[in-house]
Amino acid sequence: MWGSNAREAHPIFFHHVLKGIRNGAKMYAVDPRRSSTAKWADAWLGIHVGSDISLANAIANEIIAAGLVDEEFIRRATVNFEAYREAVARYPLERAERDSGVPRELIRQLAHDYAKADRAQICWTLGITEHHNAADNVLALINLSLLTGHVGKYGSGLVPLRGQNNVQGGGDMGAIPNKLAGFQDIELDEAARNRFGAKYGVPVPGKKGYHLSQMFDAMERGELTCAYVIGENPVSSEADTHHTRKLLEGLDCLVVQDIVMTETAKVADVVLPGTASWCESEGTVTNSERRVQRVRKAVDPPAGARDDIWIIGELARRLGYDWGDPTAEDLWNEVRELSPMHRGMSFEKLERLGGIQWPCPDEESQGTLFLHARLWEEDPARRGAPAPFHVVEQDDPLDTLTAEYPIRLTTGRRLDSYNTGAASNLYVTPLRQPETLNLSPEDAAALGLADDEIARVTSRRGSITAPVRADGTLREGLAFMTLHFPEQVETNILTLDTWDPKSGTAEFKATAIRVERATPEEAAAFWERTTSLEV
Amino acid sequence: MTSVFLETPRRLVDVEIDGQAVRVPEGATLLDACRARGIDTPTLCYLENLTPVNVCRVCVVEVEGSRTLVPSCSRTAEAGMNVHTDSERVRTSRKMVLEFLASSADVSLASADVRRWIASYGVDPSRYGSPAPDAGAGERDAARPGEHHAPAGDAAATVGQPVKVDNEAYVRDYSRCILCYKCVEACGEDAQHTFAIAVAGRGFEARISTEYDVTLPDSACVYCGNCIGVCPTGALMPLSEYAMRQAGTWDESRQTVTSTICPYCGVGCNVDLHVQDNTIVKVTSPLDSEVTHGHLCVKGRFGFEFVQRRRREE
Repeated sequence: MWGSNAREAHPIFFHHVLKGIRNGAKMYAVDPRRSSTAKWADAWLGIHVGSDISLANAIANEIIAAGLVDEEFIRRATVNFEAYREAVARYPLERAERDSGVPRELIRQLAHDYAKADRAQICWTLGITEHHNAADNVLALINLSLLTGHVGKYGSGLVPLRGQNNVQGGGDMGAIPNKLAGFQDIELDEAARNRFGAKYGVPVPGKKGYHLSQMFDAMERGELTCAYVIGENPVSSEADTHHTRKLLEGLDCLVVQDIVMTETAKVADVVLPGTASWCESEGTVTNSERRVQRVRKAVDPPAGARDDIWIIGELARRLGYDWGDPTAEDLWNEVRELSPMHRGMSFEKLERLGGIQWPCPDEESQGTLFLHARLWEEDPARRGAPAPFHVVEQDDPLDTLTAEYPIRLTTGRRLDSYNTGAASNLYVTPLRQPETLNLSPEDAAALGLADDEIARVTSRRGSITAPVRADGTLREGLAFMTLHFPEQVETNILTLDTWDPKSGTAEFKATAIRVERATPEEAAAFWERTTSLEV
Repeated sequence: MTSVFLETPRRLVDVEIDGQAVRVPEGATLLDACRARGIDTPTLCYLENLTPVNVCRVCVVEVEGSRTLVPSCSRTAEAGMNVHTDSERVRTSRKMVLEFLASSADVSLASADVRRWIASYGVDPSRYGSPAPDAGAGERDAARPGEHHAPAGDAAATVGQPVKVDNEAYVRDYSRCILCYKCVEACGEDAQHTFAIAVAGRGFEARISTEYDVTLPDSACVYCGNCIGVCPTGALMPLSEYAMRQAGTWDESRQTVTSTICPYCGVGCNVDLHVQDNTIVKVTSPLDSEVTHGHLCVKGRFGFEFVQRRRREE
């Protein structure tokens, strides 16, 4: 488990992990915090935020030095091993210990256990991907699986845990700048473009669009002047809130389609009330393990709210195109027509099998339990293109720690809450705790701040106030906050919106902050504001 | 696609149940064999998604050559076993188990299956006399092992006591508790691994308790409600359901159940939405779901208010 607090963020997935642990599986947790996931681990590698590549490369170097690589797999199914080997040779255990703060003996132990295991998986979440070099972090982990052959086999593999119930499905359906539905590349796959073009009677331009971070940059340049936001709350969820809000308010036209009045909806020119996709309308979602699942209508939406399909169809109608009145199943069959990996998934079969993992290319297929098995084929033709090792180098977080900003703030989720709280803050649970700035007991003592005293937290972007909580899962120099309660504490005022050029993800996990005792006036203002929220 | 499955192939085992030959896969239990034959076998502490704990003894069968009756839910079928499920001994034993439980605990909210078994085994809880008065709040929890006094015998001893309402998520009505252990297993090593509850005390004073009988908010509980999901008698239920029952508005005959997917994280938990009057009144998860095995987290089970509030604000 690397950069993943699945015990709280993916609790039912973690039930399966716990079953494995009870059956004798070893679990290592790589996380700056000694999270509730790490507490179940055989060993916790408490790394400094953003030192993942140094650690991964050192693990690789150790595996190579100890002669534990899967030589035959590397020879037959990968390329670029030599360059990779030379690169990771620059990451001896001593360096990784220095970069990551993890004792070298522990790194060595993880390297040996991972390489020698019959089956091993690497699971990760936003601790890997919310960095300015997110894609490189992921490549560093992929390299480890290629080195040891822990990929493409039952029980082995790479497991990126998806944060939202349909973030995988959104990507599957082409809500990615360079992909059409079914991950067909819009620039490279001319046949796919033509197929879509023929279906819709318009040529599909072979040019990819912007990802979210590029859209904000385009707003900044004045090139993007109109946005249609569906089911997203960027004012609260994006890094650097002040900047995001300014850009959205500066648009000529902002349309927000959502089920609740989010902070983003409040600044919109037009709000289109939609339906809750999971219980007020029909369709599918895709979970973390590529399992396409049916969502069904259980309750009628409130008066005035419309099905998302209807809203989009009606917009088209007003723009002069009549798309008829398709049902969710009609649209799904359109997906099956255009996306080969979904072709074998009829609504009837999804119902019968209770969900199907793509690819499911034809009537006979029952879906695919795991990917990349082709890498193990004897026949080179069936084995296909080899998987490349990528040389990736340690690259420290951009928001550097200095005497002025000496504490590293990282963000995450709590068990009972979810993202910006637009949904989760509306149910009552005894678990709910108000937002706090969690500090290591050492830092809290050094700053003379007791629990519930108000601190002023300042980053290079802005400053907020929040109550302090001493948290024994944090080491000295590390602080933690969530994004769950933007109306109490706008954590993202602090975060840096510099994003990874490959993935477009902002570096939420590594902010440099300074913590001071708030003035009595600031503290009084904080309590007045949060008390008024409760009323 | 090459798939490597690591289990060895399973042999088939022949047993005889009530004079009929039954063939089951190696490793199957006698309960599996009975159910494969369509033999109605009562169970209380058994559930498909939990490891059998063999405490209720209501599923017992007679195996020829075995001195005692054996619990069918956990006893593995072995070749050549000769099993009787409807002998006098089995019927008496099952009847006594159901009778003792029904006389000491309130089973009025147990499933239709349980009520059917109570009828078909001729269970008469009233023959032990009228129920003794309920214990006061906390009285049973204060009982100490070894200090049990024989009752006078003029009334049927019960586990009756006030309902524990100490948090916003769910209530514990231990007057309904038959000590099947399912909640303990679901909270512990069969699913949640939170270990907030265990069985405390001995004999008739045994009860489900948090550590040192603290309130739930002071315990290790994380309010996943997986204990509610497995409770067979309605001793554990969401506060919202409890409130509706108290108000007399809970009406299962007017409820629909729709299967969908939880709206939160990317695990894709199957959820069954129980809806009454266009309002979600309860969330459960199917036991046979490959994703959840019937278990949910606090968000999945309780976090649906955001879709309701919009309707109330109409």
